[in-house]
Amino acid sequence: MSRKLRVGWFSFTCCEGSTMILVELMNERFFKWRELLDFRYFRTLKGKNDMTDLDIAFVEGAIANHKEEEMVKKIRANCKKMVAIGSCACTGAPANQRNFFDKSRKTEIQFILDRFGNTDKVLKLSEVVKVDDLISGCPMDEKVFLKKLDQYLSEFGILHA
Amino acid sequence: MHENLDINIEQISKTEGHADLEVKVRHGSVEYVKLKISENKRFYTQAVRNRHFKSVPQFVSRICGTCSIAHLTCSMEAVEKCLNITPSYQTELLRKLAVYGMMIRDHALHLYFFCLPDLFKVDSVFDFDKSKDALVKKAFSVKSAGNNLSKTVAGRAIHATYQRIGSFSHIPSREDTLTLIRELKSVRNYVLELIELFYDCGFTFERETRFVALATKDFSFLEGEIKSSDGTMIKEEEYWHYLNQIVIPYSQATAFKFKGDEFMVGALARINLNRDALHRRTRNDAAKYLGIFPSYNIYHNNLAQAIEILHCIDHSIQLLEENEFKEESAPAIRIKQGKGVGVIEAPRGTLYHMLELDREGKVRYANFVIPTAQNQIKMEKDIAGIIPKILDMNKHDIHHELEKVVRAYDPCMSCASHFLRVKWNGSFV
Repeated sequence: MSRKLRVGWFSFTCCEGSTMILVELMNERFFKWRELLDFRYFRTLKGKNDMTDLDIAFVEGAIANHKEEEMVKKIRANCKKMVAIGSCACTGAPANQRNFFDKSRKTEIQFILDRFGNTDKVLKLSEVVKVDDLISGCPMDEKVFLKKLDQYLSEFGILHA
Repeated sequence: MHENLDINIEQISKTEGHADLEVKVRHGSVEYVKLKISENKRFYTQAVRNRHFKSVPQFVSRICGTCSIAHLTCSMEAVEKCLNITPSYQTELLRKLAVYGMMIRDHALHLYFFCLPDLFKVDSVFDFDKSKDALVKKAFSVKSAGNNLSKTVAGRAIHATYQRIGSFSHIPSREDTLTLIRELKSVRNYVLELIELFYDCGFTFERETRFVALATKDFSFLEGEIKSSDGTMIKEEEYWHYLNQIVIPYSQATAFKFKGDEFMVGALARINLNRDALHRRTRNDAAKYLGIFPSYNIYHNNLAQAIEILHCIDHSIQLLEENEFKEESAPAIRIKQGKGVGVIEAPRGTLYHMLELDREGKVRYANFVIPTAQNQIKMEKDIAGIIPKILDMNKHDIHHELEKVVRAYDPCMSCASHFLRVKWNGSFV
């Protein structure tokens, strides 16, 4: 059996809209992708997940607490390429809106941030780890995603251009 | 049988968003169950303050990807109520269709991709062998029909673009509607097969509770009065007064009680309380299955969702066949100070958006009540109730059973994690 692209799909602080776009793209492509992609980590669809030895980690969402910071660093150490997916991962927004709160709103939410170990600021992905590529949009632009996926399949020798 | 048991599930799988579960059993008794909704708050109730009303619906759509059409539509209603705008009849029809598209897509995702693997004892859709290819193909076809309905009517399935206050900026063409009708008709039989699968699944856990849902006359999820299984009828704008906010220190989501007690919202509540309003074709073809409602079996939430998909298909076909859609101008908007409440049924239950606008049309105060947050207390109690029945299983199977019961609710953690300081007599406490 020929090698498949080993991918992980991760989601942090966001609305998970890009995950929904991916799942909708599967409507037409599931059987094709089943032969080409090995979804080793995809918690939305799978109970058993493995994040080791990934070719590509697709990461949706901004980083808003220390646990997420640690997790995304671990993912980075386990993948060859990391791709930021959607607006929150690429730019931080809109998940980062608390970064811009005035003093009264900051005071109002502070005890929540303390209770759940949140970072002082909500960070875009590239502020925490090295990011190799961006697929932006809220939710991600599906045409760009499909084009880039074809590129990655060629780049990793799964499909020959 | 386990006398003592500790279970820690980090990130329950096959749900929307993030939640962990911690269970402690000592001497055969449940000491505690903690369902920790761990999705980080994005503070929409605070961030929306000072925003101009025109940008609010699109902004709060970002609360949740999969439920985005529900938040968008509910927020539109809140703004319109605040500014005394009556949407046109055509706008109401198009909103129904957009919401039906969301329901078909979202319920299909939950039933085929989150729950069906449990029925066939595999981990995920990727683990079905080729003998299930036909079923998987049908699953994607149903989901696709919902996706295309929302895309055509509302612009996109996620963070839709055509809805605006009081009207739609784009109208589907006759050709569009014919394509949609064909697609919806082509998947109808698949949904009947899905209903049969969940009717026969044999999963049972019953515990008496109260149900609450917006009882719409045509089961269209958008308008009507809120009904409770104790017979209470509530106007949309009064709903908040029947709810009690409960802070759960380990959960990012505020929980709620209804008139001081746990309760449930969602498909099971809707079918229990309002099944007579389902589309005539749905009532005919699903009569055998509808006969088991009202039900306290939480797994019948899945069956109720499958029946709702059928209703959404049947009513959408009728609306598309009977109506010609035409370009309409947007209604005039006169900005004024005031308060508006929108209540609709989102896929997971009753959704409440309240907005207070100032004289310039900027938000002074907002409040959102999310379905999963309302179900949180009942979910925990169900988990505590099911544990004594499964303590003779091995730990792996117990773990699986607990995830299964959480999944039956189809919780959406992305939506649920809100926090609001309640305002009394004009000031925050």
